[in-house]
Amino acid sequence: MSELPNLTPALPELFMAAVALTLLMVGVFMKGEAKKVTRFVSYLATGAMILALLLVTAFSTTAGTTFNGLFITGAFPAFAKVLILGASALTLLMSRDFFENARVSRFEYPVLAILATLGMMMMVSANDLIALYMGLELQSLSLYVMASIMRNDLRSTESGLKYFVLGALASGMLLYGSSLVYGFAGTTNFEAMAELFAHEQGVHGPSVGLIFGIVFVMVGLAFKVSAVPFHMWTPDVYEGAPTPVTAFFATAPKVAALSLFVFVMMGAFGDLAAQWQQIVIFISVASMALGAFAAVAQSNIKRLMAYSSIGNVGYMLIGLAVGGAVAHGVETQQNGIESMLVYLTIYVVMTLGTFGCILAMKRSGTHVENINDLAGLSKSNPLMAAALAIFMFSMAGIPPLAGFFGKLYVFQAALEAGLVVLAVIGVLTSVVGCYYYIRLIKIMYFDDAEDELDRNVGKEIKLVVAAAAIVILAFFIYPSLITDSAAAAAAGLFAG
Amino acid sequence: MSNIPLLSVITFLPLVGVAMILLLVRGDVKGESKQAKNIALLTSVATFVISLGIWFNFDTSTADFQFVEKAAWLPGVGVNYHMGIDGISMLFVLLSTLLTPICILSAWDAVTKRAKEYMISFLILETMMIGMFCALDMMLFYIFFEGVLIPMFIIIGVWGGQNRIYAAFKLFLYTLLGSVLMLVAMLAMYWDANTFDIPTLMTHTFPAQMQTWLWLAFFASFAVKVPMWPVHTWLPDAHVQAPTAGSVILAGVLLKMGGYGFLRFSIPMMPLASADFTPLIYTLSIIAVIYTSLVALVQDDMKKLIAYSSIAHMGFVTIGAFTGNVQGIEGAIFTMLSHGIVSAALFLIVGVIYDRIHTREIAAYGGLVERMPKYAVVFMLFMMASVGLPGTSGFVGEVLVLVGVFQVDQWVAALAATGAILGAAYSLYLYRRIVFGALKKESLKAILDMNKREVLVFAPLIILTLYAGVYPQPFLDVMHASVENLVNNYHAAVDAASAQVAVQ
Repeated sequence: MSELPNLTPALPELFMAAVALTLLMVGVFMKGEAKKVTRFVSYLATGAMILALLLVTAFSTTAGTTFNGLFITGAFPAFAKVLILGASALTLLMSRDFFENARVSRFEYPVLAILATLGMMMMVSANDLIALYMGLELQSLSLYVMASIMRNDLRSTESGLKYFVLGALASGMLLYGSSLVYGFAGTTNFEAMAELFAHEQGVHGPSVGLIFGIVFVMVGLAFKVSAVPFHMWTPDVYEGAPTPVTAFFATAPKVAALSLFVFVMMGAFGDLAAQWQQIVIFISVASMALGAFAAVAQSNIKRLMAYSSIGNVGYMLIGLAVGGAVAHGVETQQNGIESMLVYLTIYVVMTLGTFGCILAMKRSGTHVENINDLAGLSKSNPLMAAALAIFMFSMAGIPPLAGFFGKLYVFQAALEAGLVVLAVIGVLTSVVGCYYYIRLIKIMYFDDAEDELDRNVGKEIKLVVAAAAIVILAFFIYPSLITDSAAAAAAGLFAG
Repeated sequence: MSNIPLLSVITFLPLVGVAMILLLVRGDVKGESKQAKNIALLTSVATFVISLGIWFNFDTSTADFQFVEKAAWLPGVGVNYHMGIDGISMLFVLLSTLLTPICILSAWDAVTKRAKEYMISFLILETMMIGMFCALDMMLFYIFFEGVLIPMFIIIGVWGGQNRIYAAFKLFLYTLLGSVLMLVAMLAMYWDANTFDIPTLMTHTFPAQMQTWLWLAFFASFAVKVPMWPVHTWLPDAHVQAPTAGSVILAGVLLKMGGYGFLRFSIPMMPLASADFTPLIYTLSIIAVIYTSLVALVQDDMKKLIAYSSIAHMGFVTIGAFTGNVQGIEGAIFTMLSHGIVSAALFLIVGVIYDRIHTREIAAYGGLVERMPKYAVVFMLFMMASVGLPGTSGFVGEVLVLVGVFQVDQWVAALAATGAILGAAYSLYLYRRIVFGALKKESLKAILDMNKREVLVFAPLIILTLYAGVYPQPFLDVMHASVENLVNNYHAAVDAASAQVAVQ
């Protein structure tokens, strides 16, 4: 009879699982209008996420493992979890207005959001290939359903189905890669793998089968972070899914997948960096370039954001590529990961704000998505226009807004690791990217509207947009708030 | 003097004005714009007064940075908040703080559409300009340097003329492409010297090969900003489309960012590359001086003509900056300051009649002297200053540059001097077509002369132009120690490198 494992490190996850089940019951058995029930469940779910966030900061920041080494805690997973929970809570908060407006009130939505978030938390805490897959699938399955939550809407169901088919393919790749890795390493535990590879590298180099395994694992992960060339699902899913779901897709799962990517690469395969660094460099360059050039031609704002997110992932992967620069020492690697986390945090805030603005785009009560619908916004709703302009200038990387500092951190880390070409390409694609970001500003400020957008905006959306705009605008006054915790998280990754 | 961080105060005081406008201004559109204008004028005048105080307390005997402030800011990337001024930047700070209230005053009646946002844009712009000239940390400099783009883009795009969107995009993308290359170079410098600190970097010796690349990257940014031929094409578009005050700031301060950059970064930090590339600078500058002067001759839009004349003047600046002697560099700085005042005034002069007749076509005017005698006098004064007539500030700068370059290369001096002749040609030709002749056009019959506010706008500019032209010494004193230091270090570095080559 084995002892009960130490549950404290996994307390936030256990709490989230309990909340999901409870809220499901509440939703099923509560009497009253569907709209009221949904609203109630939704607020409870948001509150639960915030509570879980506090639990993470209280219980999961110290390094440790539990469940026989399947589950790991520490500064790095905690940083990711805080971001994930924050992003999930805020996107859920913003979704109310949209769904009530579309007359789709399903209490399953907040429950699914909680389950997806739980999956993400498991992902970033995974210390084993099996645990990784479990978290990933819990997340993915919830996301597939969320994408098609508006089941009477053709585009919503289409995007859900597309996401499911391609996501399943990617999961298959990941599983195949995992099995190869297991076959050649004899273990699924990350720490055991890291120890093994540290020796293997010195004696006769990694075997071909192992490299194949790693490549397949990377393909699966690249799909989840929507990096080129595994990005093709992103624009369609972003466009088709209901906007609050898209906002969710663009933030929390991105954080989870990128953190997982970093953790697997640095934790398990850290000593094989020579094998995977060039792959990361390639997908980073390809993502930056595609994100910049393909977005130029988009007129649907959600599609545009999809390409924008692909490009941003490219910039973040520069940080991971620096993390793989073993020859330059641990400090450089750590700076690479830190830069990625800083970029990621700023990206999440900008994206939340931008999607808040997109959710506010309504004309006579109907949501619109064409970028030209923004024409004249600076007159009809000057504050919203100013906020969106701040996000766009920030995404374009114009100082003194936060987005610039994200790019600065990443490029500097790249140069430190001798990845000069990567930095130069990043800088050039950011100029191209600038074009479509400032085009939105042009539409809002310089063009006149034929038909103004509605002025009434849900109060939750206003709150999130205002908060995000202040963070982006005032980042330069007190940057250490974000940079210090990112540095601590990156240090935590290398401490073990 | 005291412990008050004066440079931070003048840098961020305009932002306080922005906050006040956002928080305090209430009421209907008309009342709103009135209040916003008052607050903007008040804060910008206050900023100017404080900057005057800095000038009076400025120690002209040393080349060191003064009023220095330093604080840790972004330790993760090695960026500090480090501010300070020396003789080179002092006068540019003054120029920025002087021109902003003038711009705001000039827009008093002209801007009726979204006046509140207009004032906010100008105050933000002022913060960026002052901060850029005070920054002693390279990354801080970059942040202010780039930050200028946001308000400028909005100013041209929202309050500009017919083709404003094209002009705004061109300005934005041209300057951005140049400056991101500079960003990479800055990161590379950090990689080599392990600091972003400008005073430290000035003493750091970069490898000769690296200097070449760094110099080219900085050149990409500054040449666009100056602007130098052939990357000058954004300027006429931006000037023509920008509202009057936008043109004033663009010509008055933003063009100086490039020249300032050469003096702050290229020459002290990459002396070897600067010496190597001097012929390139001379060639491009002479082309600019002669070619754009000729182009200016055939313009039929007043603003475009002045824009081209700006490019020609900037050609003098870049020639002077790269002479490597005290006269040349002081001449370059002086020309920049003089041009800052004179071209700003010229754009305001165009603005005065544009506000009345709403066209910039030269052909639409003629014989204005009959109805607008005051205007004709002011116009003539600044036209002469632009030509470089003795007794005006334009003369001092041009002569210093020519004296400086004559010691280095007579041919360059001779060719540059032809530019001065062409300058006289297009300026006088413009003046004749607008002011002289008979007042025949129906539309001009009822035109009014300058009102009190307009006279008030021009008064400080007139005084400065004449004062600096007759007695330039106080201004030259401010920059002398710093320029001498710059020149000595430059020659020491170049001599050391050639001695090394001789030994080998």
